[in-house]
Amino acid sequence: MKQALRITCVLTVVCLLSGFFLSFAYNKLSGKIEENQQQTIKKNVLALVENGAYMEEETSEGEKYYLIFNKEKNLVGYAITEEGNGYQGKIKILVALKSDLNSLWGIQIIESQETPGLGAKINSTEFKNQFKGLIIIPQINLTKKEPENHNEISAISGATISSRAVVKITNKAIKKLKRILEK
Amino acid sequence: MNRIKKLLIEGLWKNHPVFRQLIGMCPTLAVTTSAINGLSMGLSVIFVLTCASFIVSSLRKIIPPQVRIAVFTIIIATFVTLVDLFLKAYFPEISKSLGPYVPLIIVNCIILGRMEAFASRNPVIYSVLDGLFMGTGFTWGLVILASIREILGGGTIFGINLYQNGKILVMILPAGAFFALGFLVALMNLLEKRKW
Repeated sequence: MKQALRITCVLTVVCLLSGFFLSFAYNKLSGKIEENQQQTIKKNVLALVENGAYMEEETSEGEKYYLIFNKEKNLVGYAITEEGNGYQGKIKILVALKSDLNSLWGIQIIESQETPGLGAKINSTEFKNQFKGLIIIPQINLTKKEPENHNEISAISGATISSRAVVKITNKAIKKLKRILEK
Repeated sequence: MNRIKKLLIEGLWKNHPVFRQLIGMCPTLAVTTSAINGLSMGLSVIFVLTCASFIVSSLRKIIPPQVRIAVFTIIIATFVTLVDLFLKAYFPEISKSLGPYVPLIIVNCIILGRMEAFASRNPVIYSVLDGLFMGTGFTWGLVILASIREILGGGTIFGINLYQNGKILVMILPAGAFFALGFLVALMNLLEKRKW
């Protein structure tokens, strides 16, 4: 009985102290972490949109999206993030659309764990540049040959699954944004 | 003094966590795709191992033996979470490339192993030094392994381009981690057997 009491006491005290220190640290650092994430998104968005000067965050039904403006305060596009499964893990993509919603400014891979040297090439400029100015009507398609139409992306050889995942997530992001904007 | 010297040799060479004890294989194999990842994983482990050794050793007379593993785990988890938050706040790039392997330090057997085998039985000063030396041993092991893989597989070192053609892609893939580790362990054995 005495022993059980001792075990309980020690465990409780250790857990309490641990919780106390962690909540203290979290309080101190969470602002900075949030800011980093915002910074990453902002940097990526403004890198995609040539004449983008600043952006505003909006929330609709719990989904965050961004309005991008140029120096003259005119709306030049929208951005939204979306995630889905890649070959090895989650892929998170930032998609920037032009304000007419017919073509893309481009995409950025925010998070990915694809195979280095193969699937990880979705992070390469060559692959991502294909999305610049891409027509998205009716949707983006993947091809294993040279792209013939304005809405086609050519897959990375040896990494079809990763390429397909990127296209699929991008299409999903576009759909989501259009749905939000229709409201 | 002698004991400290012995701990130093044990941690850095004779009882090297990666090449001799072969523990902590999960991060060793998974994050060593680039030298910078290896280094940051190593530094995180040094911090966690040293701090956890200090606390566990200070509390070694209070912790009831029946629940010692649970208590060790809570202490380790606390420090690992601190490292994770710190990296996310100040080194977001590194945090991103290490991914889930930072939280996984909690179950890294080097740390639990040193708590059980050393920190819970020895005075604070030696425990802290043991944590520091074992962590340093782990770090140099990871940096060497990661450098070999990055140079052979990616043609870079610490992100600096070395060459373009003739990269051995497999070295960056998981299989390459086993190849490189196998050769390094063999090399360690060879060096050990040789009469100087």
